[in-house]
Amino acid sequence: MKKQNEKLFTILALVVLGVLVYLAESNLDAYKLRILNLSAIYVTLGVSLNLIYGFTGQFSLGHAGFMAIGAYVTTLLVLPPYYKEMIFILEPLVWPFTVMHSPFIVALLLSGLLSALVAILVGLPVLRLKGDYLGIATLGFAEIVRIIANNIPQVTNGALGIKGIPEFSNLWWTVGVAVFTIYIIKGLINSSYGRALMAIRENEIAAEVVGVNLTYHKVMSFAVSAFFAGVAGGLFACLITTIDPKAFMFVMTFNILIVVVLGGLGSITGTVIAAFLFNYSLEYLRPVEAGFSIGPIVIPAIPGLRMVAFSVLLLLVILYMKKGLLGGAEFSWKGLFQFFRKIFPNKKSSEGSAR
Amino acid sequence: MVLSLFLQNLANGLSLGSLYALIAIGYTMVYGILRLINFAHGEIFMLATYLLYYGFLIFHLPWWASFIVAIALTALIGMLSEKIAYRPLRNSPRISVLISAIGVSFFLQNLCIVLFTGIPKSFHRPTFFKSIFQFGEIRIQSTLFASVIISAIFLTILIYIVYRTKTGLAMRSISVDIETSRLMAVDVDKTISVTFAIGSALAAVGGILWALRFPQIFPLMGMMPGLKAFIAAVVGGIGNIPGAMLGGLFLGMSEILFVAFFPVLSGYRDAFIFVILILILLLKPDGILGKNVQEKV
Repeated sequence: MKKQNEKLFTILALVVLGVLVYLAESNLDAYKLRILNLSAIYVTLGVSLNLIYGFTGQFSLGHAGFMAIGAYVTTLLVLPPYYKEMIFILEPLVWPFTVMHSPFIVALLLSGLLSALVAILVGLPVLRLKGDYLGIATLGFAEIVRIIANNIPQVTNGALGIKGIPEFSNLWWTVGVAVFTIYIIKGLINSSYGRALMAIRENEIAAEVVGVNLTYHKVMSFAVSAFFAGVAGGLFACLITTIDPKAFMFVMTFNILIVVVLGGLGSITGTVIAAFLFNYSLEYLRPVEAGFSIGPIVIPAIPGLRMVAFSVLLLLVILYMKKGLLGGAEFSWKGLFQFFRKIFPNKKSSEGSAR
Repeated sequence: MVLSLFLQNLANGLSLGSLYALIAIGYTMVYGILRLINFAHGEIFMLATYLLYYGFLIFHLPWWASFIVAIALTALIGMLSEKIAYRPLRNSPRISVLISAIGVSFFLQNLCIVLFTGIPKSFHRPTFFKSIFQFGEIRIQSTLFASVIISAIFLTILIYIVYRTKTGLAMRSISVDIETSRLMAVDVDKTISVTFAIGSALAAVGGILWALRFPQIFPLMGMMPGLKAFIAAVVGGIGNIPGAMLGGLFLGMSEILFVAFFPVLSGYRDAFIFVILILILLLKPDGILGKNVQEKV
């Protein structure tokens, strides 16, 4: 298959996606849209975590922290000033934040940029650590962000959180950002930077010996990852419309990590599929706690049973699919057509024998 | 600061630290052997308090008997969790095992929410543990004594098991090299089971003492103490048992003293712990007692 054809197919697929988003926005009810939006945000989060962990091999558990930064920045920028005066009851909002106001897209960009800046400052010292040590240090960083948010009510309204955030996030935004994230990160991975990142993942010392600047590449990967986590945090805040520091506990990072690992480390396609499966399985398990009957046995409604079933499901998947859904394999048009050719072998074949 | 107040805080720090130490040992032993951050350990700790609570409430056991039953059951649950969720993944990538541990942690939390509801339960303390001793101006709760003494007893037993028995030798050999140990006829699976049982039992002791000290239990109570105990294990040098004890004491002490010296910043006490963690990792990545392993190509 030629390169141009692939590009054409990609554009076609994007157009189809656009039509689907349009149809979904105009036909589906708020509940279904919420799940789709959440899944799309998880795609952004998952793909960005996959960049730092799956492709660069740096075990980062700090995503919830970057999300929190993004969520608060976006919230403070999109809330109208008069409304801010109303809701900050504990302590009045301090000066620069009272007058700041910007359109949604500027707020998202600034969220991402601030997250990336923090990532650079934190990453420079912390990324020297390796493996689990890095994981626990970044997890500590995320918790520090959350605790600070809890303790500066003059900026974040403290533990009360902020309610009534305008619901700007719709499918155009969430899916748009997800596609943009995939586009950028895919581009990054296929560039010389990406090969350097993967070299670091495979063997740090060997990468350094062949001239890869470890600090520069790790910090860059960390910052790009944090940028998208920050943007996703902003989208998240404007989807849920209420945020408080508790929403960004390390459980949030675990959720994203689950998506990445279930999808298969180092597979963007896998992450996308896993993000949707993760959110949909959470919703489809709702009947479990509504009460049901198996023959004569009637099981009463038990609130909370859904999460028990979900964790069992998670355990089963990880026990039986040890390498994730796709195990690092990636979607490509070439692969798709080869797959079709395998199913329908009688059609004219022989085009492009080698991969 | 007045001397008596300082001593009071020191005593509080010591007792909190001994609890962290008890929990940290479970983390450090499992990490030493499987290189796994057992995120479910905090939930094991939480389960112990519920088992004890129901031991009192439903079966009306005397307190020492329910202690023993709770510890034994928790050890059993710890072993089971390893058998079900970690053993099948012995040859899988480490991240799969970590996700499995997170899954176990979610499962236990949510199971407890379903079984016991999310509403905090007030824990009934035996009268013995309610009394308060007065030394001059220092008031010391009996639970504080109990936590220090009981921790010391259990830690001594642990040290004996790990350094003086055959099982302990097996554990130490597995933590160095699992394959070679297997060749030397060490029963790896059994030893790992024992490790989980011991770690969980110590977490149960920690949980019980914790509930005696802060008599309110709820399904998510294991998260923060669990995380802090893990940090204690890292600070002390992960995989190193005396290190975990030292790290636990150090962390408990610094947490209490931080609040004592800077009462205004008490909201940041958890953040302070994480700052210590990051600083220690940056200055001495292998922890206080950790061995510095040279990188090899």
